[in-house]
Amino acid sequence: MYKIVRKKVLNPTVTQMEILAPLVAKKAKPGQFIILRTDEDGERIPLTVAGTDPEEGTVKIIFQVVGGTTEKLNHMNQGDSLQDFVGPLGRPTETEGIKKVCIVGGGVGCAIAMPVAQEFHRLGADVTSIIGFRSKDLLILEDEFRACSNKLVVMSDDGSYGRHGNVTVPLKEMLEAGEKFDLIITIGPLIMMKFVTLTAKPFGVPVTVSMNPIMIDGTGMCGGCRLTLIKDGKPVTKFACVDGPDFNGYEVDFDEAMSRSRMYFGFERKSHESICNLYKQEAR
Amino acid sequence: MALDPKKHEMPVQDAVVRGKNFDEVALGYTKEVAIAEAQRCLNCKNRPCVSGCPVNISIPEFIAEIKKGEFEEAYRIINKTSSLPAVCGRVCPQETQCESKCTLGIKYESVGIGRLERFVADWHNEHATEKPAKPAPNGHKVAIVGSGPSGLTCAGDLAKKGYAVTVYEALHTAGGVLVYGIPEFRLPKKIVAKEVQTLKDLGVDFQENVVIGKTLTIDELFEMGNEAVFVGSGAGLPRFQGIPGESLKGVYSANEFLTRSNLMKAYRDVNDTPIMKGGKVIVSGGGNVAMDAARTALRLGAEVHIVYRRSMAELPARKEEVEHAEEEGIHFDILTDIKEILGFHNPDDPRDERNGFVTGVRCVKTQLGEPDEKGRRRPVDIPGSDFVLEADTVVIAIGTSPNPLIKDTTPGLEINSHGGIIVNEDGLTSRKGIYAGGDAVTGAATVISAMGAGKTAAAAIDEYLSK
Ligand SMILES: Cc1cc2nc3c(=O)[nH]c(=O)nc-3n(C[C@H](O)[C@H](O)[C@H](O)COP(=O)(O)OP(=O)(O)OC[C@H]3O[C@@H](n4cnc5c(N)ncnc54)[C@H](O)[C@@H]3O)c2cc1C
Ligand SMILES: Cc1cc2nc3c(=O)[nH]c(=O)nc-3n(C[C@H](O)[C@H](O)[C@H](O)COP(=O)(O)OP(=O)(O)OC[C@H]3O[C@@H](n4cnc5c(N)ncnc54)[C@H](O)[C@@H]3O)c2cc1C
Ligand code: SF4
Ligand code: SF4
Ligand code: FES
Repeated sequence: MYKIVRKKVLNPTVTQMEILAPLVAKKAKPGQFIILRTDEDGERIPLTVAGTDPEEGTVKIIFQVVGGTTEKLNHMNQGDSLQDFVGPLGRPTETEGIKKVCIVGGGVGCAIAMPVAQEFHRLGADVTSIIGFRSKDLLILEDEFRACSNKLVVMSDDGSYGRHGNVTVPLKEMLEAGEKFDLIITIGPLIMMKFVTLTAKPFGVPVTVSMNPIMIDGTGMCGGCRLTLIKDGKPVTKFACVDGPDFNGYEVDFDEAMSRSRMYFGFERKSHESICNLYKQEAR
Repeated sequence: MALDPKKHEMPVQDAVVRGKNFDEVALGYTKEVAIAEAQRCLNCKNRPCVSGCPVNISIPEFIAEIKKGEFEEAYRIINKTSSLPAVCGRVCPQETQCESKCTLGIKYESVGIGRLERFVADWHNEHATEKPAKPAPNGHKVAIVGSGPSGLTCAGDLAKKGYAVTVYEALHTAGGVLVYGIPEFRLPKKIVAKEVQTLKDLGVDFQENVVIGKTLTIDELFEMGNEAVFVGSGAGLPRFQGIPGESLKGVYSANEFLTRSNLMKAYRDVNDTPIMKGGKVIVSGGGNVAMDAARTALRLGAEVHIVYRRSMAELPARKEEVEHAEEEGIHFDILTDIKEILGFHNPDDPRDERNGFVTGVRCVKTQLGEPDEKGRRRPVDIPGSDFVLEADTVVIAIGTSPNPLIKDTTPGLEINSHGGIIVNEDGLTSRKGIYAGGDAVTGAATVISAMGAGKTAAAAIDEYLSK
């Protein structure tokens, strides 16, 4: 069992927890994730390691309540224990040789992006962060990003905070103004990552995207997390949990990934109301 | 007494009833039937059956005890060489192993060795009360990677000799394929749990949720004071066919489908894990894994077709599973090869909810041609025989290979071209103190061979550390 040492509400749908898991705390690097189960009948869900305290043996996770499991998790409190907590999984984000980086985060993806930004900052790179949210009440981690970024731009879709518009707007402006990034790292909804990649393409800047497909084991055993890369015009199947989660944005087949991410859409809506049986008829 | 030419029938749940539940299919012999079946054994002096068993269980000897009604003694004899008799008695491909060598089999049906082994193990589990005494510690520490049959066996043998053994398992439950792969209706999970508990009683420490290569490396296991490491990490990496459409929604690897159902218990409605239920399911492949996926899908309420490239005679699955699958109403589309998986695509509405879901598979009929390297006749496509089978779900069950995680994180560990860890006859790898066995070495094989490899390695580790 893995104890919840601290819990903090970041906004109405996003919560931060620190979990006692000493082995994971010692090993985890930015870009890696864990898989947890809340209880004996729970689903295995992946969450990014948002920070560690190896001394205390704790691992920080930040999650958005989107469905059954994250809701259950959100109902747990300091002192409660998680059934399972395994990691660190996936490959750490590659940082070598990057002197100037642009981090583009969207929504809860900012939680995944934050430790990556911090790591680049720690390594002495010049960090530009662009973080976007639907509206002001969904804003998270602004202070954390400010502390590790040479430049920070906050965007909101509805203009209720920061600049009005998508994250691609300031990115495009910067690139057009001649900013020379060694790398753009983008983490957030698939559609956003797709457009960040398209925005960067004319400028020839490498783009790393963090893919978060549906996962089960996280060790390369089920293939459920597979995605297609197009390499030299040929499709190549990769498993996000072991080969990723970071991939070259120019190679990812985003349309397929978006389609696959909606596989259980009907099921989850029902799972909320826990009448999954209906799905039998309706899925077809 | 005249010799009964036929094996005593295994009582089974009715095919129609069992197609709707996840309870065990085969119900096991009663005491009387077991004794009667044991009486068919001729107690052959040359013991041909023993040579057919990968771990050389003293078959005539344990059967002789059953004849006398000395079931606990029979168990003791089996247990000397096999640590998982309740499992092997259920899942061994007996017809190609022990029973294939049985003298009776020449003229009649062989003795039901597997069924007797299962009876003895179940009888023991039901009646034995005493817990094994914890052996005196010998001061040595050994780590086991993976809790499948090879790891469990190696752990048990070493623990009995007084080693302090820790088993590290990546998943949240111990048992390997026995819990995440083989379904409940063929191998009840409580049997595996019981074997694990027996090891715990012996003092074996289980650390679930630890991925070796990620959470800890093998070199760190040595730094932690372990003097030897056994790698029994299995062959869990699913292979896909490399055909168009494999990324469509509704296409699963057998591992994912079975894991969702078994380990995550998606078959129980109280569980949170989603799985595609109902509709028409196509399973590609012909091994045990394909049978298990097909029969699981059937129990989830689907109409199921197994599509296999060769003929019924070449199906690599255990005979009993194929028979059970047929009785339950699974359709076999043999001499058929899947060339493409077809999906729904509404060109007028990209937001159509049905877009990207499987609608069927395009197949071609095959005929058997020249034998391949393994002597199995190779399927050859019949030109122009294309046809489409409708489907809502497609499960790919064409095999697995060893996961590269351990190799990638253990310098100096040599592997072969199939990804299997290279070992000598003692199970020793290219690295001092690191042993390996089971599917991680051989690629996907059987429970009993994995168990045998765990035993061999345990003996070699004992010798290495006793020096
Ligand atoms: C490597 C990885 C790292 C992740 N890191 C984080 C993180 O740090 N913080 C965080 O809040 N979330 C993260 N996620 C997403 C998180 O795993 C899902 O939100 C979670 O599994 C949803 O579980 P649920 O039962 O609450 O919701 P469900 O009921 O399973 O799903 C609710 C809704 O979320 C969608 N959904 C389900 N799984 C995913 C997924 N993997 N990605 C995107 N949408 C999904 C469903 O389609 C549905 O619309 C990560 C995912 C991966 C693969
Ligand atoms: C669906 C199915 C049906 C089968 N039916 C039969 C049958 O009827 N009869 C038969 O004889 N055989 C059958 N087999 C084959 C048999 O189950 C395997 O050959 C056997 O389980 C192999 O045992 P193992 O100990 O080598 O590995 P596994 O049973 O594969 O166990 C390996 C364990 O190691 C863990 N692991 C892997 N990597 C790591 C890591 N890095 N760190 C920590 N842990 C790790 C895995 O999670 C797993 O639990 C079947 C297999 C499947 C998949
Ligand atoms: S372990 Fe398997 S092969 Fe050996 S005797 Fe038992 S059933 Fe036969
Ligand atoms: S070969 Fe058959 S009949 Fe002979 S001892 Fe073995 S099980 Fe009995
Ligand atoms: S999550 Fe199962 S293979 Fe990646």
